Amino acid sequence: MRYDALIIGAGLSGLAAGIRLAMFDKKVLIVEKHVEIGGLNSFYTRKHRTFDVGLHAMTNYTPKGTRSSPLGKLLKQLRFRHEEFRLCQQVMSEIRFPEKALRFTNDFGFLEQEVAEQFPREADGFQKLVAHIRAFDELNLDDTEKISSRKILEHYLSDPLLIDMLYCPTMYYGNAREGDMDFYQFVIMFKSIFMEGFAKPVGGMPYILNLMLDKYQTLGGEIRMGCGVQSIASKDGELQAVHLADGATVQADKVISSAGYVETMRLCDSCGEDEKPDRVGQISFMESLFVLDREPKELGFDKSIIFFSTRPQFHYRVPDTLIDVTSGVFCCPNNFEYPEPLAEGMLRLTNMASFKMWDGLVRKDYRAAKKEQGRRAVEALLAFFPDFRDHVIYEDAFTPKTIHKYTGHLNGAVYGSPEKAKDGLTPVKNLFICGTDQGFLGIIGATLSGISMANRHVLQAEPNLENGRS
Amino acid sequence: MTRDQVRQAVLDIIIDIAPDEDFSAIKDEENLRDQFDLDSMDFLDIVMELRKRFNLEVPEKDYPELISMASSVEYLFPRLKDWKLAS
Repeated sequence: MRYDALIIGAGLSGLAAGIRLAMFDKKVLIVEKHVEIGGLNSFYTRKHRTFDVGLHAMTNYTPKGTRSSPLGKLLKQLRFRHEEFRLCQQVMSEIRFPEKALRFTNDFGFLEQEVAEQFPREADGFQKLVAHIRAFDELNLDDTEKISSRKILEHYLSDPLLIDMLYCPTMYYGNAREGDMDFYQFVIMFKSIFMEGFAKPVGGMPYILNLMLDKYQTLGGEIRMGCGVQSIASKDGELQAVHLADGATVQADKVISSAGYVETMRLCDSCGEDEKPDRVGQISFMESLFVLDREPKELGFDKSIIFFSTRPQFHYRVPDTLIDVTSGVFCCPNNFEYPEPLAEGMLRLTNMASFKMWDGLVRKDYRAAKKEQGRRAVEALLAFFPDFRDHVIYEDAFTPKTIHKYTGHLNGAVYGSPEKAKDGLTPVKNLFICGTDQGFLGIIGATLSGISMANRHVLQAEPNLENGRS
Repeated sequence: MTRDQVRQAVLDIIIDIAPDEDFSAIKDEENLRDQFDLDSMDFLDIVMELRKRFNLEVPEKDYPELISMASSVEYLFPRLKDWKLAS
């Protein structure tokens, strides 16, 4: 079988790339090894309840009519109306450290005010940092200069507490690197969380994913579920064919892979590249989910999302233990402005976790450890938050091992490799990368990644459009 | 196609590209980019749609011809005047 393009992975980036190509009459096939769509932003069902995997909230919320924002671009490129995403905005979120708290909403002025009140001596530096961020073009695919965000933050701000408080959400929601963050990634996250904002779609990830899948299939795109890629054959650096796990061989002019950079290169026989260990992502999380017998706000949880550290110094790194309970993200999915309240109350807790430690456990110990670590994580919260344990009617958890199992991302690395392939290129001609390892993160980011790689490497690369270019 | 039909065809394309936009007050002489914040991604879409709908290639050097509705019609009319619209 011959296709104009084969896309590996039916997550948001793969589906978005597929929609773009199918829209312009390309013959496209998406292959997904899992039986469910969504990749790192999927969902699963337990005891008749459906849980989103990655989603606390969608970042990058901008209202209808904001044309040049990432969400505005995404809607235009995929031809969705703003209403179709059914986005409900957050109420208010918070960054909470032992001495200070900064609250923020989808109105950036609110955070500016909070910083001015909580850190009066930093107010001027913060404004200069904001000006620097506003002027920065973080979406430039051709800018490969590496700048440490820590250096820039330390240039404008002198209080390490404020720096750590700004890092807590920006790192938790999109940093693939331990300890520091590339400045353009920091800008992406800062804009998407603070300057734009949080929202949740009515119906969660299943709704958004099915909306995209429907569009893709309506446009004539093909998809094969439960069908991974066995290997990618290349010869002299040129793509030859893709062998699927079910034994089929697919010919495609272009292949766009969302499997991860190293993961994709491992599929290539004789691609001629030595594996670079520092390209393998490390950052992963344990997520504990608690279904409650009432709304979180009745128990004193009135924020949408809380990024916290129980210590003044925030460390973003893979722990030496199963999980790090000293910081995390606490999400109350009910506290968004839904037209109808959700059926049940829920809390979600994210902590940094070590793939290696979880992977080292035998099955019986693994299950016991999930329970035990969930309990530890909650106990660590009690200094900060009301006790909700008596109101939990169901709980579940997933770990880096779960993420690895269902997505194939090495180490269960949620944000992929710290070294991004911004231009999407690989050593193999006509094999491209999209998704977490290309570099736009989050739900909107991943979707834009698929769009921009499809545009750049398939639609714009057509010979007819190249006329008059050189 | 008549000039009016060409104009309508371009309008149909940009309505499809930006479904949230209200184009009823479009000013034909004014820059599309400024009026509706169309970016390079949107212009790629206009070109792709022209190819898809009318089998028409707009080379990159001609992209500036699509700057406003009036200039688009000026540029496209000679290229589309023999195109028969399906009735």
